[in-house]
Order: sequence, then structure tokens, then C-alpha cells
Amino acid sequence: MEKKTPLYETHVKCGGKMVPFGGYLLPVQYKTGIKKEHMAVRTGCGLFDVSHMGEVMVQGDDSLKFLNHLLTNDFTDMADGQARYSPMCNELGGTVDDLIVYKKGECDYFVVVNAANREKDYQWICGHQTGKVLLSDVSDNYGQLALQGPLAEKILSKVTDQKYIPSEYYTAVFDAEIQGIPCTISRTGYTGEDGFEIYMASERAEEMWNLLMDAGSDDGLIPCGLGARDTLRMEAGMPLYGHEMNDEISPKTAGLGFAVKMDKDDFIGKKALEAAVPLKQRRVGIKVTGRGVVREECDVIRDGEKIGFTTSGTFLPYLKGSYALAIVESDKREIGAPVQVDVRGRLIDAEMVALPFYKREK
Amino acid sequence: MIDPKELKYSKSHEWVRVEGDEAYIGITDHAQESLGDLVFINLPEVDDELTVDEPFGDIESVKAVSDIIAPISGVVVEVNEDLIDEPEKINEEPYEAWIVKVANFDGVDDLLDASEYDTFVEEEEDE
Repeated sequence: MEKKTPLYETHVKCGGKMVPFGGYLLPVQYKTGIKKEHMAVRTGCGLFDVSHMGEVMVQGDDSLKFLNHLLTNDFTDMADGQARYSPMCNELGGTVDDLIVYKKGECDYFVVVNAANREKDYQWICGHQTGKVLLSDVSDNYGQLALQGPLAEKILSKVTDQKYIPSEYYTAVFDAEIQGIPCTISRTGYTGEDGFEIYMASERAEEMWNLLMDAGSDDGLIPCGLGARDTLRMEAGMPLYGHEMNDEISPKTAGLGFAVKMDKDDFIGKKALEAAVPLKQRRVGIKVTGRGVVREECDVIRDGEKIGFTTSGTFLPYLKGSYALAIVESDKREIGAPVQVDVRGRLIDAEMVALPFYKREK
Repeated sequence: MIDPKELKYSKSHEWVRVEGDEAYIGITDHAQESLGDLVFINLPEVDDELTVDEPFGDIESVKAVSDIIAPISGVVVEVNEDLIDEPEKINEEPYEAWIVKVANFDGVDDLLDASEYDTFVEEEEDE
């Protein structure tokens, strides 16, 4: 039985088409449809309910040491208020999950994980606990909204004091307030646009949703569902757990080497990742030049020979074309080279392209 | 304007409009709404034969791909090629945006009328 986020009734009222995702019932789209929701985020602003995401607190004297052992990124030089993305590996170098770590203060971290992995992650994290560390899964206490798009800051400024709006990308203000609602405002997102992720107590989520929707009405703010969240992240070349990486696909294969610090002291999975050099397979972008939509798990063929498979694929509304992410053999991976993708027995022409497909102008 | 009440319907959510010796085939408003924003359509060619209950094309939305099932048998005499560039016409006007026109058709009598189809959709949604 799927759980409902605190905003379930609000979504139904807004015409949200509810589907199960990561153990929750969430809107895949509203009446406007995925294309319009996608375009709103690229050109204006959209509001997402992401309350399904899991939140874990990591506190205690050895928190930093523990995180550096548990995760592949390095958190040593983090300042209070910073956020840092990291994969979490198993001993074989596969990916348990990818997550964001916020540093609230010395020995006080807030970790945000994927909804579908929440229980697996918490067990994994607790199972590898070392030193003086206090862990707690606080997911049910928090609602999370994502306000995303070039107009996000303008809309947010209408409802909160400038001092609560983090000015730098990947930073957060933890003791913020939006019209009397205590919250954390983080300048992060999963869309490739500027924007904010706002955490508040579950019971205030509906109030927050309504006041943000009101504040954004003049700027064309619309509610956006999981469908647009997926097309937006794909257009921005961002990986999704369970697609571009999983328990067997390493973060380096998935193109996340920037968040794997091999020169750091031992961490879980380091030995396996060292042994896996050079990489046999790597992620690449696929742009469809023929007709049709490529989905996940289609074979990628070069010169008549299978070189890999797609991990995500769809029609991207802003670029107005069909694209896919794929994992292919490293020595067959060549940007610009023509390939074909086997879609239900039909070969569709495509080419390998660099990622991301879309990058916003700053 | 086409009155959806005058059309015939299949349980796989296609509509049929008979005009003399020919019949137009499209997908229903319910079908386009379930699929969401349409982005690609693969059409048959003129002279292709349609067999009732078998797919004759497919249609892709942002979310998913779906076969278009022949509601009747017949021979394709015309294909609505405008849909190749603008599949969203099916989202906008599902009963105007016909997909193929067929001749020598058979099986219209087995189709549902509008009220039977509405009931069928309601029952399907309740499941």
C-alpha cells in the first residue's frame, strides 16, 4: 500500500494524475501535461512536491569521519550551510544510492536520499556506523517542495526575507522562515535550472504549497509532476538511481567520477573502484536522428555490433527531440559517432553526443 | 464539427466514422488523455491491410508507447500524414484528427456505440 504525502489531497484537487512512485502516491502530471510543465520550468517556474524524499540526520563527534568513510565524495572542507552531492557505494563499487549531504554545523549533517531507497539506505548507513555517531531517519517529519525555474528567486522574494534566500548554488539557510513557516531553503534542484528546495514540517507543507502557488500566480507558476521532473533531469543529463546507476553500476561508469574522490583515505568501495580502472563501460548521451522515441533498456548498436544499452530515454520537450542516456563500452564510445538503437525490433538511427543535452545560460 | 455521439468505438479505444464506402479511424479522447502529450506517430501505408484487433501503428507520448489497434478490418486508402509533424493534433482534437481512412471494411456492427463506450470506460476506470 502506497503512502500519501501531506499534499495528496492538494494534488487531487489540482487535477493531478496520481501514480505509485517510490512507495508513495504522487502526481505524474497535472491537467496541463508534461510538455507544458517542462517548459514552465525552463522559461518561468514550476512547483514540485518532493516530500517522498528521505531525510537522515547524522550527528555526533565522529560524523565527518563517518561520512568520509561511508560516501565517495570528500566532506572535509565543507563550510556550514554547504550542500554536497555524493554517491554511496557498496564494497563491490556498485551504487547503493546517490544523495545530498548538508552541513548544518560541526558534527551536524542532514542527508537527503531517494524515496525508493530510504529503508535500504538507512539500514546500510546504520550497518556501517563507526565511532561516535547518532543516526535518525526523520523522513516522516519533513515535507519537501521544489520551486524550480528562472523566476524561482523572484517568486521566493515575495514571500520571504532576502536574508533567508541562499545566494550561492548548493548552499542552504537552515533557520529560514517563509510567511511564519519555519523551513530550510536550499539552492538546489533536479531540473538543470536555478531554483530552491524547501524543507518544512509535514503538517505545514500544504500551507507552504498554497502560499507559493499564490505568490507565483502572476509569474505563471504551475504545479509540475514526476513526468516533468524526469524529462527535466534527463535533458540536464542528470542520472536517476535505478536507471543510470544501481547496486551493480558504479558511479564512475555512470559518469559521476567528479563526486568520487579516489585520493581520499579508505572509503567503502574504494578498492573495487581502483581495481576497475580503466573503466570497461561509460555513460554517454544518445541523440536520435531517425524517427521514434527510445526508452530504457534498448540495445545500442555500432557497426552492427551491440556496444551497450540505454538506461533512460524519452522525448525532451525543450530540445524538441528524442534522446537517451546509455552505458556503452569505453573503447566504442566516441562523441559524434553514428549508432542505432533497437526499439522493439526496429533499428532507429542515432548518434553519441556529449552530456548534458541542455545547459542553462548563467 | 464531428459529434462523438455519432461515432462507433472499440474496447481498445479507437473510434470509427463511416462515410459511404469508406471509414475513418482515430483514437478516442479518453485514449489521448491517458497517453498524455503525443510526440510521435508511426503510420501504416496506403494499401496496407488492417486486421481487426491487430496493431496497425503506434503512437508515442512523453510517457509511453502504445499500439493503435485496428477496430475494423479493411484496406488503407489514405493516411493522415499531417500527424507525422503534428501528432499533438490528436491531443487537441481527437475526433477531427483521423489517422487512416479505409475501404472494403468489415466489422463495424461489432463496435460499441457512444453510450456503450462511455459505460465501458467508466467500468474500466473503476477496476
